[in-house]
Amino acid sequence: MIVEQMMNKNVLTLNPSNTIKEAVSILREKKIRHIPIVNEQGKVVGVVTDRDIKEAAPSNLLDGQNQELVETPLKEIMTKNPVLGHPLDFVEEVATIFYDQQIGCLPIVSGGKLVGIVTETDLLYKYIELTGAHQPGSQIEVRVPNKAGILFEVSKVFHDHHANVLSVLVYPDLQHESNKILVFRVQTMNPLEIIEDIRKEGFDVLWPNMPGMTT
Amino acid sequence: MAKYAGNDNLKKHAVYVYSEDQLGYKFSDTHPFNQKRLTLTTDLLRKMKALSNEDIVPPRIATDEELLLAHDARYIDIVKKASNGEVTAAQTESFGIGTDDTPIFPNMHEASARLVGGTLTAVDYVMENKASHALNLGGGLHHGFRGRASGFCVYNDSSVAIKYIQEKYNARVLYIDTDAHHGDGVQWSFYEDPNVCTISIHETGRYLFPGTGNVSERGSGQGYGTSFNLPIDAFTEDDSFLELYSTAFREIAAFFKPDVIISQNGADAHYFDPLTHLYGTMKIYHEIPKLAHQLAHEFCDGKWIAVGGGGYDIWRVVPRAWSLLWMEMNDMELPQDALPSEWLAHWQKESPVPLIPTWMDPDNLYEAIPRKAEITEKNKQVLDKALYSIRSH
Repeated sequence: MIVEQMMNKNVLTLNPSNTIKEAVSILREKKIRHIPIVNEQGKVVGVVTDRDIKEAAPSNLLDGQNQELVETPLKEIMTKNPVLGHPLDFVEEVATIFYDQQIGCLPIVSGGKLVGIVTETDLLYKYIELTGAHQPGSQIEVRVPNKAGILFEVSKVFHDHHANVLSVLVYPDLQHESNKILVFRVQTMNPLEIIEDIRKEGFDVLWPNMPGMTT
Repeated sequence: MAKYAGNDNLKKHAVYVYSEDQLGYKFSDTHPFNQKRLTLTTDLLRKMKALSNEDIVPPRIATDEELLLAHDARYIDIVKKASNGEVTAAQTESFGIGTDDTPIFPNMHEASARLVGGTLTAVDYVMENKASHALNLGGGLHHGFRGRASGFCVYNDSSVAIKYIQEKYNARVLYIDTDAHHGDGVQWSFYEDPNVCTISIHETGRYLFPGTGNVSERGSGQGYGTSFNLPIDAFTEDDSFLELYSTAFREIAAFFKPDVIISQNGADAHYFDPLTHLYGTMKIYHEIPKLAHQLAHEFCDGKWIAVGGGGYDIWRVVPRAWSLLWMEMNDMELPQDALPSEWLAHWQKESPVPLIPTWMDPDNLYEAIPRKAEITEKNKQVLDKALYSIRSH
């Protein structure tokens, strides 16, 4: 998936001369945490986050005290030259950027103009969709040897049972390096026969085990 | 005047919606959803002398207009075509039918509409004050979606019934679902409706179908705060199950102040159930209907409609559990001793497993669960999170 398929295109922005007070009111009203700061040409020159504001000002900011402080222009507290993304970036890259740079939003720029924004929350939601957890299904976890062709052997069982697979994830097995854990979400309420057949193929199905007994 | 006194006498205490036609909802001989449960339960109640012909009313068939209260016209059309063999599984799969879970069977539209009609019959008896309580064990198909079958359910009788209650009787409905699977279809039908409150207690979606039913699913828009979910751990056992059920049901009823209670009584949280892992025993099936009954009298002038649901050990679990439900509904003292020997002798011949001869389960049904205290503690946290918004802090 690429960024333009998931980015939010309705971006609320401010310019560098807007004040902390204005930023606070937008963050609160719109329940957002990041505001890109753009100049008159529409170029992104900074980002202001709820955290920037907390660091710049005490919490009683809006109670009428520190009048001078709340009138501070954003250019003084914003993160300048923020990391930017492009509509054709891969979503996986965005995740890596968030993780490496320890940031929570990525303004998306094309032709020098702001065209969208991707936040941690958007990314997390994509991840939920990826796991298939938002659709009715049963989760089946299978421990398999880490070698070629195994996914085919396991998924053959789903094919034989005419069961629709909603998602597949492959995890490393923390206990046995020579294995992997395949996690399937399958659109069925009765996975018992599928589980039995996967076991018959010689694979280890992880299913609710007595607590405290590791598999 | 005699005619007024006569009217009063006509009000029954409870009705049992049932006919053998309900057995027509049958996918195949090997499918885990098996309505033979209804035969076994009805026979057990008769042999207990707890059910007489006067108690039984036949279900009607829901009309298309009624089904449309909670289903799309396109979907109903596809079910009808599948029912008559006019379409193939390949054409219906995107509607969730013709799958391993919900295969096509002859007359599936009529059979499914009859289960819905049964719940509507139950609703009319209660809402028109012809009975205080009504039971339709053929209903409880809580996974049915607006435009799609799911998890053995074609039409969602509870969703249709709740809409029907709203339109015809303008009442506030509290729906409580104790099936081991999340009551997703009903929840999503009323997710934005502040006048319907849904509660579901179920095994967590970690492995179990449908995977939804997290504490954080609380409703949306106007309906925010009227969906409640209690996802409990595998190996929860009786005490923790009942602690959550009783506390949540009571507090939510007091908060929501319903006009009528609909309880979905899936009997698949038992240790013997092949599909789930909650490790309940008959104790929960003694207690679940007691509280529903009590709260119906406390908040709803007795108005209580109960439906069936899941339950995949049809020999050892469902007949006992559902009989207790009917007996509780009729203020009978719940039996603890032996089942009628005639019933046992008759059905043991067919049962692939030895029947349990007593109403309660034998002691030491299964080995003690390690880490019980931690599971109980975790469930308790789920309870507190679920009720956070309605408790004063």
